[in-house]
Amino acid sequence: MSARARLLMFAAAAIVIGVFYGVASAETPSFGRASHPYGDRAVAASLAHRTANVVSSVNFDIRAFDTLGEESILFGTVLGATLLLRLARDERRRPAASERVLPTTRLFGVIWLPVALVVGVYIVAHGQLSPGGGFQGGVVLATALHLGYIAADYRVLEKVRPLAVLDVADSLAAGAFTAMGLAGLAAAGAFLKNVLPLGTFNEITSGGTVPLLNAAVGVEVASGVIVLLAHFLDQAVEITGNDEPEEAR
Amino acid sequence: MGPWPYLAAGWILLVALYGLVTSRNLIHAIGCLAVAQSSTYVLLLSVGYRRGGTAPVFSDLRPGSRPVVDPVVQALALTDVVVGATVTALLLALTIQLRKRHGTVDPQALTGLRG
Repeated sequence: MSARARLLMFAAAAIVIGVFYGVASAETPSFGRASHPYGDRAVAASLAHRTANVVSSVNFDIRAFDTLGEESILFGTVLGATLLLRLARDERRRPAASERVLPTTRLFGVIWLPVALVVGVYIVAHGQLSPGGGFQGGVVLATALHLGYIAADYRVLEKVRPLAVLDVADSLAAGAFTAMGLAGLAAAGAFLKNVLPLGTFNEITSGGTVPLLNAAVGVEVASGVIVLLAHFLDQAVEITGNDEPEEAR
Repeated sequence: MGPWPYLAAGWILLVALYGLVTSRNLIHAIGCLAVAQSSTYVLLLSVGYRRGGTAPVFSDLRPGSRPVVDPVVQALALTDVVVGATVTALLLALTIQLRKRHGTVDPQALTGLRG
């Protein structure tokens, strides 16, 4: 199809989408309105379960089953990327070279890597209280480790990320979410029911199963993202085609 | 504000679709897909907005003292972000393989089927 025909087809489709979407927008309840029946009920349910962060309560208590699906998507993506980016028959792995690093850059890494890791753990652990949680904290944890790559070189990053351990941690954390759901089924007759003592409002132990599910998701996201990035970085740094000259990369 | 925030989300979607249709580079197309996805964040968050509302987090807020925005759509936006990131990761992995096997990332140059 020529570029012109393609554009014409798009223009026709865009006009149809635009008109219907515009009409739908005009009929949608107005922006900033005071009535949010679902929101009010979610806030009430969250306060009843003594979870200060309502978004966490929605994700890990009210809609915990959906979050199981969400973390399964993430798990499936890690599996898929591992499969797609595996070493092909006509490729070989060339160990990354050691790089010269400025001492100040190295100092930056030594100081900030532990701080970033602690921030990640804090965000995961306080998901039921303040903005954050397993997904956000997991990404912070995963990127924190990559300070090792930025402030030193790829060999240092390979030392601080034991991929075999992380693969297992990823699967165990994904399984732990389901196991907690089954525990709720056994204890109270409903999958992923919040069966643990609810604790004191605004304390780190509040919210019943919310902090535990957050921790499981935190471990899964952190190890999953590290494994995912490892496969991409391997492609860029270590894996070369057989016929490709080294300078051409 | 009327329906303008909803229309802005629709505009972002159409701009992203235009980019997808005319794209000559798969990396660029994946970027366009991410923009299309971000239009859903704008739509979700504007559906959940309440005038004068603050974040639905009660660690430093007495319940009932202020209106809060709708937490349900915020949780949906979080799900949306995670799914968007995973889709981007898989598509980028496919693009890497495509570049290796076919030597191009231009979707319009991919005409023949090859085993």
